[in-house]
Amino acid sequence: MSAIAFPPVDAAIVARRPAILAGLAELVEPAGLISSEAEMRAYETDGLTAYRRMPLAVVLPATTEEVSRVMAFCHANGVKVVPRGAGTSLAGGAIAHEDAIILGVSRMSRVIEIDYPNRCMRVEAGITNLAITGAVSPDGFFYAPDPSSQLACTIAGNIGMNSGGAHCLKYGVTTNNLLGVKMVVIDGTVVEIGGGALDSPGLDLLGLIVGSEGQIGIVTEATVRILRSPEAVQPVLFGFDTSEEAGSCVAAIIESGIIPVAIEFMDKPAIEICEAYAKAGYPLDVGALLIVEVEGLASDIEAQLAKIVAIARLHNVRVVRESQSAMEAALIWKGRKSAFGATGRIADYICMDGTVPTSQLSYVLKRTGEIVASYGLRVANVFHAGDGNMHPLIMYNINDPEEQRKAEEAGNDILRLCVEVGGCLTGEHGVGIEKRDLMHHQFSDLDLAHQMRIRSVFDRSWLLNPAKVFPLESRHLETA
Amino acid sequence: MAHVFTPKSETEAADIVRGLTAPVSIRGSGTRSGLGRTVDAEDALSTRGLDGISFYEPAEMMMSVRAGTPVSVVEQTLAAKGQMLPFEPADHRGVYGTEGEPTFGAVAACNISGPRRIQAGAARDSIVGLRFVNGRGEIIKSGGRVMKNVTGLDLVKLTCGSYGSLAVLTEITFKVLPRPERASTLVLEGLDDMDAVAVLTRAMGSAFEVSGAAYLPAHDGEPARTLLRLEGMASSVRDRMTALQTVLSSTASIRILDDDATAALWRDVRDGAFVAMPADNALWRVSVKPTQGPALIAALADIPLDRYFFDWSGGLVWLSVAPTGDAGAAPIRAAVSELGGHATLIRAPDHIRRSVDVFQPLPGALMKITSGIKQSSDPRRLLNPGVMYPGI
Ligand SMILES: Cc1cc2nc3c(=O)[nH]c(=O)nc-3n(C[C@H](O)[C@H](O)[C@H](O)COP(=O)(O)OP(=O)(O)OC[C@H]3O[C@@H](n4cnc5c(N)ncnc54)[C@H](O)[C@@H]3O)c2cc1C
Repeated sequence: MSAIAFPPVDAAIVARRPAILAGLAELVEPAGLISSEAEMRAYETDGLTAYRRMPLAVVLPATTEEVSRVMAFCHANGVKVVPRGAGTSLAGGAIAHEDAIILGVSRMSRVIEIDYPNRCMRVEAGITNLAITGAVSPDGFFYAPDPSSQLACTIAGNIGMNSGGAHCLKYGVTTNNLLGVKMVVIDGTVVEIGGGALDSPGLDLLGLIVGSEGQIGIVTEATVRILRSPEAVQPVLFGFDTSEEAGSCVAAIIESGIIPVAIEFMDKPAIEICEAYAKAGYPLDVGALLIVEVEGLASDIEAQLAKIVAIARLHNVRVVRESQSAMEAALIWKGRKSAFGATGRIADYICMDGTVPTSQLSYVLKRTGEIVASYGLRVANVFHAGDGNMHPLIMYNINDPEEQRKAEEAGNDILRLCVEVGGCLTGEHGVGIEKRDLMHHQFSDLDLAHQMRIRSVFDRSWLLNPAKVFPLESRHLETA
Repeated sequence: MAHVFTPKSETEAADIVRGLTAPVSIRGSGTRSGLGRTVDAEDALSTRGLDGISFYEPAEMMMSVRAGTPVSVVEQTLAAKGQMLPFEPADHRGVYGTEGEPTFGAVAACNISGPRRIQAGAARDSIVGLRFVNGRGEIIKSGGRVMKNVTGLDLVKLTCGSYGSLAVLTEITFKVLPRPERASTLVLEGLDDMDAVAVLTRAMGSAFEVSGAAYLPAHDGEPARTLLRLEGMASSVRDRMTALQTVLSSTASIRILDDDATAALWRDVRDGAFVAMPADNALWRVSVKPTQGPALIAALADIPLDRYFFDWSGGLVWLSVAPTGDAGAAPIRAAVSELGGHATLIRAPDHIRRSVDVFQPLPGALMKITSGIKQSSDPRRLLNPGVMYPGI
C-alpha cells in the first residue's frame, strides 16, 4: 500500500544480524543496545506514522566515544546507520529499515557549559529544544528557534532538519543560531567545527551540516547562540472574513518595515479544529485568523501594535483582540500551538511544508483548497505566514489505502504548485522519504548530482541515512 | 600572455569554464584581490560582465543580482525603497588601496560581513539562493527566493565564503531589511580593553537589540572609545538608549552620536579604517569568543603590533603589525589555538603572503573533507586554485 519505496533490503546484512548484535554489544553499555522486537516498536516510525520499518537494532550511546566506536564498526561491516533524535520528523527522516541500525542520541542530553557574556551554550545533541531554553530562562535568556514540537524534539534533529518555528521571522532558523558542532563522521573520526566565535576557518562546513538530514555525520554536541529575552511580548489576534484579506494584510505588514517576531495564519477549518480542542476563545464567524506577535520595551510594543492594527484595518479586519495579560497572550497561542495535536484527534493527516513568496500566499491557499477538494478530502491551513512557510494539513483515514494514496497525491500537487510559484518543497521539515521523489521538480539532474557528490565526500558508500533526500532512481547521476 | 575572460551571460561563463585548459583566478573588480592566498593562475575570469539586478520585490524583502553587479548599485536601489543590506559588507578599497566598484559576487564568495553581524547575521545568513558554474562547467542552483528552505543540501552556505575555490557565482538572491528610521551610537570614553569588553558583552546580553558593539583604543590624542549602536523606530531608539545606560551604569564619560555621525563612524569600523594605515603593515582579522579579545591582545605583547581594535563585541580583533619576519603569524596562531578561534591574514606584502598560512590551518580530518569537496566541485582544479589552502 505504501506509495513511497524503500531500497531493497540487503539480505546479507540481515543474515549477519546475530554477529552484528554481538559486535555492537561490545561497544556500548547494555542499556545502549535494544534488539528485541517489542522494544524496537517505539523506533519503527517517526512523525510520518503511515510508514513503519523495523530496524536491525537500536543503539543509544551515552558518549561521543561510544558513537565513534559504533560508527567505525558499522563502517567496517557495511552496516547502514539512521541517526535519530526524538523521532518527531514529519518527513520520515528518522525511519530505518531492516538492514540499518538506528543510532539515537537521546541518552546524551546534558548541558555542558553556559556562557552568558559570550551569549552561547554548549549542549549534548540529544537535549530537547525546550530544555535548552529551560536551562537559561531562569537567568532571562532563551534559544530562539522554537518548533511546536519543542517539548520532544532534540537539537540533533533540529540541526538535521534546519528546523524553524513560529518566531523565526525575526530570529532565523537553526542554521542562523548554531555556532558549532562536534560530529562523528562515518569512519568514527570525531571532528569539531566552530565554537564560541562567530565564524570558523575554512569552508562553511557548519552551514552544510545543518539541514543535511543525517547524511553527513552524527552530531553529538552543539554550541548554540542564546539571546536575552525581550522585556515584554504581546500577541494580537485578527479575524478576517476571507483568507485573501488576511493574506494581503500579511504582505502589507511586512512591506511597512515592521518586523514582528511572528505572523501565524489559520484558515476556517483550522480555527474550528483548534477552538474545539483548546478553547482559546477564537472567533468562529471569521474566515481566517492571524496571530501577530511583537516584542521589545513596553513603549515599543504600543507603537508597533498601533501601526499593525492600523494596517489590519485597511485590510478590513473584523475582529481585533489585543491581549491584556500574560494569560490572555498564552490563550491566543494555545490554540495555534496545539493545531497539529488537535487535528490528529479528529483525523489522520499529513502535513505539507512548502514555502512560497509571501506575495503568492493568497493564490496558493486558494489553489490548495481546490486541489484537496478535487481528491474529495479536507484540508486545514495553519502556518508561518510571515515567511511564506505553509502547512496544509490534509486529513484522511490511515486505514484506507485509497485515501492515503489520494492524500499523498494531493500533497504532491500542492508542493509542485509551491515550486511553480517560486517557492520550495520544504521550509523546515526536511525532505526525508516523503518529498524525496519530488526533488526533480525543484532541481535539475545537474543540481542533484552536484549535491550527491558533496554528500559522498563524507560517506562514499552511502551508509548514512541512505534512503532519504535524493530520489532513489537518481543515484547513478552522481557518477555520470 | 595573461588573458581575462569576461562572460556576458551565465551560459557563456559555463562554456568558458568547460573549455579551460589552464586554471583561472576569479575576480569581480579586483578591489579585494589581496584577500586569500595568491592564486596559481596566469589567466583570469571576471564576473564584471554579469551585471544587473534581476529581481527585486520590496514587499517580500528579496533581491536577486548577477554576480558582477556593483555593491553600490544594490545599496542605492535598496535605499530608494527604504531598505538595506542586513549584513553591512565592508568596502576593502581603503585597506588594499584599490580602485573600482566592489561587486556583489565577491561579497557572497568571501562572506563579507560587517558590524551588524552580531545582530543580523553574516552575508551567508541573508543569502538564500545562488546560481553558479562549478569546475565542471555545469550551471548549478541551490536555495531559491524564500527565507525558509531545507530542500536538499545547503550549498548556499557552503559556497558563500569559499573564496571562489568551488564555483564561479553567477547570481545571488538575498533577504533585505527595512532601513531603520533612527541610528544612534552611545560612546563611552576612556575604558581599557577589559572594561570595554565587559561593557560590550553586558550590552549584548541585554534585551535592547544592540546592532553594533566595537572598541577603539586610545590613539593620536583621541581617548579610547567604546561604541554601542542602536537602530530602529525613533521612539524605540530613544527609550532603549536610556534603558541601556541604566543597565550599564558606567562611570565613563558618555556621548551620544546622531544618525550622520553614527553612519560615518560605523562605516569606518566596518572597513577597518582605524588600521588601514600605514599601508605596508600586515593586517590580521582574528575571530575569538568576545571575552577573549583582551586576552589575545595581552598575549601579543612581544610582537610589533602598531594598532588594533575590536568589533563584534570583542569577538573580531583587527591587528596591524609591522611587516617584518612572519608579521606575527607564529605568536598570533599560537595565541589563537590557546584561546580558541582563528586568524586570517588579510593584507601583507607578497613574500609574507606566500610564506605564511593566510587562513588558519585545519586539523587533518577537516582538511581531508575540504580537499574532497574541492575535488568533487572542481576536479580539474581550474577555479582559483590555492586561494584557501595549497591546491584548494
Ligand atoms: C506535532 C509536531 C509539530 C512540529 N512542529 C514543527 C515546527 O514548528 N517547526 C519545525 O521545523 N518542525 C516541526 N516538526 C518536525 C520535527 O519536530 C522537527 O523536524 C525536529 O527537528 C525533529 O527533531 P527530532 O529530535 O525528533 O529528530 P528526528 O525526527 O529523530 O530526526 C530528524 C532528522 O535528523 C537526523 N538526525 C537526528 N539526530 C541526528 C544526529 N545526532 N546527527 C545527525 N543527524 C541526526 C535524522 O536522521 C533525521 O533525518 C513538528 C513535528 C511534530 C510531530
